Amino acid sequence: MKEIVIISGKGGTGKTSVTAALACVSRSRIMADCDVDAADLHLILQPRILSREDFYGGVKAVIDPAACVNCGQCGVICRFGAISHPNGNYEVDPLDCEGCGYCQQICPAGAISLPQQKVGQCYISDTRLDCRLVHAKLDIGADNSGKLVAKVKRDARQTAEDGQLDWVLVDGSPGIGCPVISSLSGADFVILVTEPSLSGLHDLERVWSLTRNFGIPGGCVINKADLNPGVSALIGGFLARENIALIDHIPYDEDFTRAMTQGISLVEYDPQKWQPRFARIWSHITKELT
Amino acid sequence: MKIAFTATGTSWDATIDPRFGRTDYLVFYDEDKDELTSVDNREIVNVTHGAGPKTAQLIYDHAPQILITGNGPGGNAAAILNRTQLRIYLGAGGMTLRQAYTAYKENKLPQGG
Amino acid sequence: MKIAIASGKGGTGKTTLAVNLALRAAEFAPAALLDLDVEEPNSGIFIQGRLIESRQLSRQIPQWDKAACTLCGRCTQVCQYHAVLKLGPEILILPELCHSCFACSELCPADALPMRPRSLGLLRHWQSGKLSFVESKLDIGLEMASPLIRQTLDYARRDFSDAAYQFRDCPPGTSCSMIAAVKDADLAILVTEPTPFGLYDLSLAVETTRQLHKPTAVVVNRHGIGNDDVYGYCAEQDLPVWASIPNRREIAEIYSRGGIIYPEVPEFRLALDDILARLAEQSVQT
Repeated sequence: MKEIVIISGKGGTGKTSVTAALACVSRSRIMADCDVDAADLHLILQPRILSREDFYGGVKAVIDPAACVNCGQCGVICRFGAISHPNGNYEVDPLDCEGCGYCQQICPAGAISLPQQKVGQCYISDTRLDCRLVHAKLDIGADNSGKLVAKVKRDARQTAEDGQLDWVLVDGSPGIGCPVISSLSGADFVILVTEPSLSGLHDLERVWSLTRNFGIPGGCVINKADLNPGVSALIGGFLARENIALIDHIPYDEDFTRAMTQGISLVEYDPQKWQPRFARIWSHITKELT
Repeated sequence: MKIAFTATGTSWDATIDPRFGRTDYLVFYDEDKDELTSVDNREIVNVTHGAGPKTAQLIYDHAPQILITGNGPGGNAAAILNRTQLRIYLGAGGMTLRQAYTAYKENKLPQGG
Repeated sequence: MKIAIASGKGGTGKTTLAVNLALRAAEFAPAALLDLDVEEPNSGIFIQGRLIESRQLSRQIPQWDKAACTLCGRCTQVCQYHAVLKLGPEILILPELCHSCFACSELCPADALPMRPRSLGLLRHWQSGKLSFVESKLDIGLEMASPLIRQTLDYARRDFSDAAYQFRDCPPGTSCSMIAAVKDADLAILVTEPTPFGLYDLSLAVETTRQLHKPTAVVVNRHGIGNDDVYGYCAEQDLPVWASIPNRREIAEIYSRGGIIYPEVPEFRLALDDILARLAEQSVQT
């Protein structure tokens, strides 16, 4: 079983559309949506949830009013302004609390606990593409994390193994922090989706340096390539220097928006136009991995 | 030499876990004593951020000279491992520990870090 | 009045609206615009002004005092973020993971972890006519936006008391950095586009502003590109739609060359004036 991770640095490059299109042209695969902060893959795939699990990540301080002696020490040391006493009792505002635990350390009455927070739910679902989707939804204010991405990937790999499937397609997290590191670890191939803008190139360079340190082979898809041929060329130069295969460059096309508006993938929207292109992209990837 | 492996199990037939920070186990092989020991890292699943540094700390405490793994450590973990004399070998993801060790001995694994 | 301009996701036209709205408002009375998308601020592309202030902002990170340290390891037990590690005879701080809670520093029995400033980002303040524009940019490689956003808001609180409106171009999404930007605002304007992705992301943003108890209004951008479901949603949710900006190629073109839209596109100016009229009504009510 091989794992392919699709990342893009920042949003708006068409990464999700590309991921969904690849799911259409491939077989024996499962999808994992690790872009949990902006989880859009399910809008195209319309999953039917088969199983769900609460997800816990991070802690927040809670003051037990029965044990609290109102000394106010916690309020003094909290650097995040999370502790106040609006009705006489000291309480923690969970929206401000960053779970540092300092208050718990100094509470003379042992009235403060740091329970794990339920921050979201993980799902394993079925989709109309005859392809399972592993995805997650975060509660308001909760942030994506390496832990959540690891869980989504683990569930995806487990499901693939159980079904004896060959490929795991991962819609990866943006940025360069813990979630994207977690998205990339264990990948066999990375597809970098970018667009020809200077900030797109900048983000591409940042995310590639992380991928390169992991020794994962990669290929690039430049979307909306004709919007700025100058920057497209700059990207081409970067790819050549770094030995990243340029897998395809796709001209700007309203189909991306139209297909998304109808809640279907590009390949379903206009098979004649998009099926051959994505089949070619897919075969490039599978050739690299076999 | 003491060699560390990121692994999904604790025996020579276990596979290399390609991840560093969130690896299930760290397995240590002492070449001189021909002894295999392991540390269960699976509680790392509860760590939201900073899994890499936490695992790097474990490596530091056990002081191997060599680490054989898949993708290698991320930025924060690497910052810690760079303070040691550890040599890191990549690309062993999916191999068994036995295969990975052989590949290392035959100089087939690229060095990282 | 502090107005947070946000959206569930990037790319909906939030910055375009914030910049044009702030400039239009500033034609009549002093106004302020804060670019709080600190990872990648880009409203500065559209605004020409006189640089008033350029300030390097920092946050406090513990620094290890080897001489004082007894290697008791308490700091490593206290830190919830694995940002303080003990590697044999050495204490290592990982600034990327540190939340500046001060716990390790203040609980150290040997006072061996004094807090020291570490660069966080750059705040710059320009004046363009009656508009005060502040942009903060996170140092390259840093992940945590909230501390910089909070410091920028502090700066604005101190320096812009005469502005009738303080517009905030918020980070995209609904995570903790967006919340830091919206938390103490008086009102939120959510920019969306009439597509299924736009509607879904709008619903997440609405959940967030509601949880923060912020009066919320919606602006629909690129009206015409998708469907009308978003209007049904807003009606259901009792969300006023303050403007519907049509999908015009010329708007995109002006944007792509860094230009201001409303002087050249009358429809757009009318939409802005509608929004300003609604804001004026809100001010009277509060």
